[in-house]
This record gives sequence, C-alpha cells and structure tokens, in this order.
Amino acid sequence: MATPLVVETPVIRRRTQTGDIVARWVVTVFAAVILFVTALIVYQLWIGSEPSRLKSGFAFLTSSKWNPVTEEFGALPFIYGTVVTSVLALLISVPLGVGAAIYLAELAPAGLSNGLTFLVELLAAIPSVIYGLLGFLTVVPLMRSYVEPFLKSALGFLPLFKGPSFGVGFLTAGVVLSIMTVPYIISVSRESLLAVPREQREAALALGATRWEATWQVVVPYAKLGIFGSIFLSLARALGETMAVTMVIGNDPKISASLLAPGYSIAAVVANEFSEATGAIYQAALVELGLVLFVLTILINAVARLMIVATTRKGSKRS
Amino acid sequence: MSKRLIWRKGVNAVMLTVTGVFTAVTVAFLFLILGFLVYYGGRSLDWNFFTKLPLSAGETGGGMANAILGSLEIVAVAALIGLPIGFFAGVYLSEFEDKVFASVVRYVSDLLNGIPSIVVGLLAWGLLVVPMRQFSGVAGSIALSVMLIPIVARQTEQFLREVPNSLREGALALGATKWRMVATVVVPAGSKGILTGMILGVARISGESAPLLFTAFNNQFWNGSITQPTASLPVMIYFRALSAYDDWHRQAWAAGLVLIGGVLTANILARLVLAKGVSVPRG
Repeated sequence: MATPLVVETPVIRRRTQTGDIVARWVVTVFAAVILFVTALIVYQLWIGSEPSRLKSGFAFLTSSKWNPVTEEFGALPFIYGTVVTSVLALLISVPLGVGAAIYLAELAPAGLSNGLTFLVELLAAIPSVIYGLLGFLTVVPLMRSYVEPFLKSALGFLPLFKGPSFGVGFLTAGVVLSIMTVPYIISVSRESLLAVPREQREAALALGATRWEATWQVVVPYAKLGIFGSIFLSLARALGETMAVTMVIGNDPKISASLLAPGYSIAAVVANEFSEATGAIYQAALVELGLVLFVLTILINAVARLMIVATTRKGSKRS
Repeated sequence: MSKRLIWRKGVNAVMLTVTGVFTAVTVAFLFLILGFLVYYGGRSLDWNFFTKLPLSAGETGGGMANAILGSLEIVAVAALIGLPIGFFAGVYLSEFEDKVFASVVRYVSDLLNGIPSIVVGLLAWGLLVVPMRQFSGVAGSIALSVMLIPIVARQTEQFLREVPNSLREGALALGATKWRMVATVVVPAGSKGILTGMILGVARISGESAPLLFTAFNNQFWNGSITQPTASLPVMIYFRALSAYDDWHRQAWAAGLVLIGGVLTANILARLVLAKGVSVPRG
C-alpha cells in the first residue's frame, strides 16, 4: 500500500516546486532591473562626465566662469541658482503646505477633507511644462509690471530687491516652484499626520486641550519626522525641477545678490544647451552638471525616505 | 469663562481659519491654472489643431497633429516597456520578497522615483542617441519608461499588500502552489488598484518634457518611424511658448489645454471610476 505513495510524492513536489522556483526567479529578475537601471544612471553620468572631470577637477565646483567658446566651465552660478530658487520656494510652500496638511488631516470635516485632498492630488498631477507655460506668459509680465516695482519701492533698501525688473529671475522661479511643491508637502505630511495613533489625540482632548492644542502640541510633534521628510522630498523635487524653472529664471549664468536678477539653474542649463552642445568637453561639462544634480537629489531623498519610514513605522507599531 | 480660556479658544478659532485659508489658497491655484488654460486655450483651439502640421514661423494657422500622434507613440512604447517591469517588480516586493534584497529594491526604487527627469534624459541619451547617432522617439520612450517603472512597482506592491491574507491562506489550503495562488487569487483581487496605479503612472509620464528634449527632440513633420526625431505635445508647448510669435503662443495655449485635458481626465477616471482597494474575485 505504501509503495505508490512513496513513488508519487516526489513527482508532485518536483512539479509544484519547479513552478514556484521559476516564478520566484522571474519576478526577482524584474525587481533587479530597478537596481540595474539605477546603477546604469550612475555609470552613464560618471563615464559621460570624464573629459570634464579630468580637465577641471574640483575647480569645476568652485569656478563661476561659464564660457563654452573658451571651454571654461564652472558650475557655481548654476548651483547657486538651483539652491536659491529651491530655498525661496520652500520659504513659501512649507508654511502653506504644512498648514494645509494639518487642516486636511486634523481639523476639516471628513467629507470636505476628502474633496479637497482629491483636488490637491489633481494639482500634483499638472505637468511641469504647463507651469512653465503659465509662468512665462502670465506670471512673468505680472512680476515685471506690478510685483517687482512694488517690492523695489517698499523694500528697495535691501540688496535683495535692487536692479531693473525683468520679470524673469530668481524670485519668479521661486514663486512658480513653490506652487509646484506645495502638493508634495501636503500629501506626505498628511499621511504622516494620519499615521498618528488615535489615542494620542483622545488623551490630549480628554485632558481639556482645544482641537488646535491637541493638534499642535501632541499630533504634530508625533509626526514631526514625517513632516520634515516631506519637506526634504519637495526640496529634492525643487532642485531637480526643469521645465518650469528653465522658462522663468532668465537663463543667465550670473551670481547676483538681488532676487530680481536673472539667473540659471543646473537643470535649466542642461535642458537648454545639451542638444546643441558641440565639443566633447562642453558636452561632458553638462553631463557633470547632471552628476552634481544627481548626487544632490539622491542625498536629500535618502534622508527624506529614512525620516518618512521612521514615522510611519513608529505610528503603526503603537496603534 | 476665564481670560485664559477665552484666549485659548480664540487661538483655536484663528488657527482653524488660517489653516483652512491655506488649503483654500492651494486649491485655488488648481482652478486658476485651469481657468487660464480654458480661457486662452479654448479661444485658440480649432479643428486644424488636431489635423494640420505645424507651419513655419510667421505664418498663421496650422496645428500639432504630428505632436499628438508622436506623444501617443512615445508614451505607448514607454508603457509597453515600463508597465510589465514595474508590475512584476511589484509582485516580487509584495509576494516573493527576501528580507534584505526586497528592502534594498524598495529603497532604491524610491530613490529612482526622486531622480530629476532631466538626469533620466541624460541616461537615455547616452544609451541610445549616442550609439544611433540621431535623436529618436524610442530614446524618449526609454527615458519615460525608466520614470514609470518605480511608480508602478511601488503602487502594485501597495495594492497587493491590501489583499487580505485569508485569501492567500484559502488558496494554499485548497492545494494551490504559490505561483498559482498569486496569479489566480492575489493579483485579480488587487487588480483594480493596480490598474489605477498604472493609469496614474502613464498620465504622469505623458506630461514630461525634460527627458524628451535631447532624446526624442522635436520634428515639424510626420515622423516616418519611431527611430527618428519625434515631436511631442509637451516639447512643442515648451518651444512654442518661448517663441516670439503671437500665433505660436496661441498654439502653445491650445496644446496646453489638450495636454491637461488628457492628464486630468486620466487622473479623475483612475481615482473615481476605478474605486481603490480590493475586489474579491467571483466564481
């Protein structure tokens, strides 16, 4: 009686196991593609920038001369423009975004909150070239004729608001970027706030706190890391944002103290000059700018992701 | 009420209003953007836009038929490459994960998702444009597919994780092997969510222009094949908007309206019609 069973079992096991082993291999290979593609980006940027790295060395990062004709390439004006516009954007979008996230997650009635969150998600879906289109054809004239003259008359004693009004420049790029980054801050901050366990709110309210006190003194500190994570995440987005910035920053590789002056950003110069770059060194210098941007955004993203993972884990562990 | 209590309630009311106003301002931008596009784009949009080729500078009229077709081609090829890779990677992350390798893949795919699109364009340029010695639509597709993969992988993983474990246990208890359980029970149960994620991902890449600038580039004519420079709506908007001609601005507004119409329709359909979450298979 036992004999047929003994014969049959290994056959079944082999058949069932082969299917599973094949399936596991197939999906693992597809997952590995993600690692492969990322490694390929690093490799491509490293190899592509070689002529420029060998020629300029670290001076590339500290020189502010950018002259394709004489083959002098310095990244400083672009790094400056990228950082200034992104920081300006965050100055506007952080209070706006975190405030809106608090409202949507904690204070608004559920129905209203769902509707508004849906609209914010749609805002996040708007392509960046659309922001560029509106920025260039409507925001730039508005800044040139109204906002910048007003800033100069009110705050002109500061070096930040000096010089002619071009419309295009650091300030305009910062304003357009701020609108683009708000939805990212809202959606990640909101999720971190929603991951805070119910008991935290209930305990605060039971102690007699008002809604705002419970939110600001208990819920927000609990979700702090996730909110910082969302800010870093949108900083990385702002640094790498290309089309909208290219269309409104003015495309002039200069370092100016005035926010009204035209400037240039890393992504913008690559977008503008790459397809027309002639000469191996010129092209390599643009790829090296891409490498700088890549390293910058990867570092900021890495920190942001760790922060977000830490909060959501903290929340789910205790709830 | 004591003074202190009045003060606290006052702060409460003020902050409720302030954060509410912040939210309203953010949402107002959406309507402002849509309003401008409908106003300027609507005036410029005509039948020629969908059927005619672009005219050279200075001439009035013409359309962007080649760019509409080019966008569809580039995005379709990108979806053909990116969707399966992202989907299977997502299945791996949710159903077949090994502890260490899976967390590495998860982390790296989040990083890949955060890499600026212009840098992804540099990758496709190095991989395809340099060896082929010309700009091509397919190079643009490769760039867009690289952006699509991490989005789809993480969305697929997320929705498969929402499938209750009892379904998996039921299938296994009936004697299904693991891959049959995944293929016939888990994936169908999460299919609505996965489809939502895929549509959102494709909508997101179809608005991208930065990675196309030096891969697909642009073209004033019908492109014979996808191995040649290919026009696309986002890139057309960029060049037309920055030009000095009123008629080209008009074209840019029209193209903007068409692009945003497509992207937002896909978003609304994906989010509303395909209700998120788990659908238990019948039969």
